[in-house]
Amino acid sequence: MSVQLPDSSPTVPVPALALRGLAKRFGGKIAVDGISLDVPAGSFYGVVGPNGAGKTTTLSMATGLLRPDFGAAFIHGVDVWAKPLQAKKLMGILPDGVRLFDRLTGEQLVTYAGLLRGMDREVVAQRVGELLEALDLSGDAGTLVVDYSAGMTKKIALASALIHAPRLLVLDEPFESVDPISAANIRGILDNYVSSGGTVIVSSHVMDLVQRMCDHVAVVAAGRVLAAGTVDEVRGGATLEDRFVQLVGGGNRTGGLEWLRTF
Amino acid sequence: MVAHLLSLKWRLLLNGFRRSPGQIVGIAIGGLYALGVVATLMVVLVALRWADIETAHTAVVLGGAAATLGWAVVPLVASAADMTLDPSRFTTSAIPMRQLLAGLALAGFIGLPGLSTLAVALFTAATWWRSVPAVAGALVGAVLGVLSCVVLSKVVTTATASLPASRRFKDASSIVVFVPLVLMGPIVAGVVGGVSSSTDYLPELARTVSWTPLGAPWALGGDLASGNVGAALLKALISLATLLALFACWNALLRRALVTPPYSGGSGKRGGKLGLFGLLPATPTGAVAARSLTYWHRDPRYAAALIVVPLLPVIFLFQSGQSGGYSRLMILGPLTAFVLSWSIAADVSYDNTAFALHLATGVRGIHDRLGRALACLAFALPVVLIFAVGPFFLTADWGWLPGILGLSLGVLLTGLGLSSIVSARYTSSVPLPGDSPFKKPPGNVAQTLAVQFGGMAVLFVLLLPELTLVVVQSVTGDPSWGWINLAIGTLLGAVLFATGVRIGGRWLDRRGPELFAQLSINR
Repeated sequence: MSVQLPDSSPTVPVPALALRGLAKRFGGKIAVDGISLDVPAGSFYGVVGPNGAGKTTTLSMATGLLRPDFGAAFIHGVDVWAKPLQAKKLMGILPDGVRLFDRLTGEQLVTYAGLLRGMDREVVAQRVGELLEALDLSGDAGTLVVDYSAGMTKKIALASALIHAPRLLVLDEPFESVDPISAANIRGILDNYVSSGGTVIVSSHVMDLVQRMCDHVAVVAAGRVLAAGTVDEVRGGATLEDRFVQLVGGGNRTGGLEWLRTF
Repeated sequence: MVAHLLSLKWRLLLNGFRRSPGQIVGIAIGGLYALGVVATLMVVLVALRWADIETAHTAVVLGGAAATLGWAVVPLVASAADMTLDPSRFTTSAIPMRQLLAGLALAGFIGLPGLSTLAVALFTAATWWRSVPAVAGALVGAVLGVLSCVVLSKVVTTATASLPASRRFKDASSIVVFVPLVLMGPIVAGVVGGVSSSTDYLPELARTVSWTPLGAPWALGGDLASGNVGAALLKALISLATLLALFACWNALLRRALVTPPYSGGSGKRGGKLGLFGLLPATPTGAVAARSLTYWHRDPRYAAALIVVPLLPVIFLFQSGQSGGYSRLMILGPLTAFVLSWSIAADVSYDNTAFALHLATGVRGIHDRLGRALACLAFALPVVLIFAVGPFFLTADWGWLPGILGLSLGVLLTGLGLSSIVSARYTSSVPLPGDSPFKKPPGNVAQTLAVQFGGMAVLFVLLLPELTLVVVQSVTGDPSWGWINLAIGTLLGAVLFATGVRIGGRWLDRRGPELFAQLSINR
C-alpha cells in the first residue's frame, strides 16, 4: 500500500530530524496517526504530551527501534529506515523504559557502547573518564549498574548515548526520577552541547522544565501534532502549561469533590 | 514480657486458622501428617527400650543430629522460615534484650515443628527406661537438644535475614542451591552405599557425631545407660557450651539486626577495572564477546547453567561406578557440547530490552552473532575437549577417541551455529534479568517449547552425518570410521558454525526492530 506523503524529501536547510507522515498501529489502537515534524539543526526541542500520546512510539520510530507502518524519518537527510547504520552513527538515543546491561559496571557499560560503535580503545577510554566525571559518576564507576539508583541509571544511559559525539540526541523522559542537582548537571551538559551546534530532542510531561530549557516545542496528543514551533510561538503569551491544557483539553473539571473541603 | 510474646505467637497461630477454609484444611493435613510421624517415632523409641544399648544409642544420636541439622538447614533452603515473630518488627518497641531472647526462643516451640520435636525428644526417656540416671540424662539431653535446635534455627535466620535483601546474596544463593539439587542422586546413593557396605558404619558414625555439638545432647541417655559417666558429663558440658554459644551468637546478631535497617546499597567503587573489555580486541565483536563472557560469570541465570557443567562428570562417574562399566562416560563430551552450545539459543531473550543498546548503536548483526558465539566457544571448547578425552583414561578404549572427539566438536560447532540463527529470530520466555534462575518466566510457554524442541530437532538432523558414523563404527568395530568422524565433525561443524553466524547476522540486520518488539512484550 502506498501513501502520498505531503513532502517526501527533506527541505533545505536540512533539518536535524524530519518526520514525514509517521504512523503506527498496535492491534486495533492507532498509537501514532501520521506525524510530520521538522526539528531544526542546533535546536533544543521539547516534545510534550499527556501519557499515552504516542511520544515514545514516535521517538522509537524516529530512532530506528520500532518500524513504522507508514511514513519516513530522516536524520540530517539520511533515511533512518533505508540506511539505518548511517543514520544511527549520527544520533545518540536514551530510550525510556528499557533495561540496560546492568551486570556491567558503569564504566564497562559506557565502554561497551563506545566499542559497539567501532571506536578506538584509547578514544573510548578517554571519553568514558570525562563523561563519568562530568556526570558526577566517577565515584561509582566500578559499581555494577544494577546497584545504581534510578537517577544514576539515567545518567549512565545518557553517557552511553553521548560516547560517540552524535550530532543529534534523542532523549525520552531524561529527567524522570533524577534528583534536582543531577538534573541541573544534565541540563548544563545539554546546553553546552546545543550551543556548540548539536541538536537535542527531549520528551517530557513537565511543562515548566520544557519552557525553561527548550527553544522549540511540539505538543502531541492522541498520536497527532497539535502545535509545533518555537516555544514563544506555541505558548502565545500564556504559560506553556496553560496553553498545553487548552490544546489537549479536558483539564477544566475543577468542580465537584465538594466533600474534599469538609474535613 | 516473655508471656506477652508467647501469647502473641499463640494468637498469630490461631488467627492463621481463620484466614480461609483452605488454610484450615492445609493445616489439618499438615497436623495429621506431623501427628503420624510423631506417633511412629514415639513407637520406635519405645520399641528401642528392648534393643541392645549400641543399637538404641546409634538410632537416638543419629536421629537427634539429623533433627538439629534439619532445624538449621530447612529455613535456609525452603525460605519457609517462620517470620511471624520477625525480630525486626520489634525494633520500634523497646523490649529488654534478655526478655526478647527468652520470649522468642520459647515462642519458637509454639507451632508444629517445635512441639513435634519436643514431644519426640522427651520420648527418648522411654528408650532409656533402664535406670534412673539414664532417664534423667535422656530428659536433660532432650531439653538441651531441642533448645539448641530452636536457637540454632534462630541464629541461622537472623544471620541471613538481612542478607536476602542484598543483591549479592540473592545471586549467590540462587546458584549455590543448584549444587545439592544436581547432586541429589549421588548423595543419596552414597549414604545408602556406605550403610549397606559395612554394618559398623552407622555405630561408628554415631560415636563420632556424639562428640560434636550436633549429637552430644542426644548421647547423654545412652552413655549413662552403659555406665560411661565421664563421657556423659563431658557431653553434657559440650551441649551446654553449645547452647550458651548459640545464645551469645543470636544475642550479638539480634543486637546488630535491630539497629541495622534492611540492606541499602553498597558503597561506591571507583573505576579503572575494565575487566575483559580491556583484554579482548577493541572491535564490536570483541566487545560483544567481552560482554557475554562477563555475563556468563556475573549473571546468575547464566552462572547457574555454568555450574552444572563440572557436576556432569560427577553424576556420570557415579552412575558408572554403580553399574560397573565406564563406557557410558563417553557421552560426557557430546552431551556437554550440546548443553553449552544450546545455552545461547535464547541469548537475546536473556538480554531482554537491554538489546536496545545493540539496536541503537547499529552494531552489525554478524558482529553481534560472532561475539556471542565466540564467547561461548572460548570456555566451551576446552571443557568439551577435556570431557571428551577424560573418560578414555578410565575406559582405555582409545579406539573410540577420534570418533567421540569428532562427534563432540561437531555438536559444539553445529550447536553454536544453529543457536546463533535461533536467537536472532525467535524469542523464548526466560527468567527476567535480576530474577532467580528458578523463577517461572513470564510469556508464551507454547512458543518457547516450539522454539526449543523445533531447534533441537533441526540440530539432530544437522548432526546426522556424525551420528551415522558413530553407529557405523559401533557396528563394524573399525576405528578408522572414527578418524573420518573426527574430520567430518570438525570440518562440517566449522562450516555450519560460519553459516549459522552469517545467516543469523543477516536476519538480525533485517529484523532487529521486530525482534526488539518481541522482547518488549515480556519486560
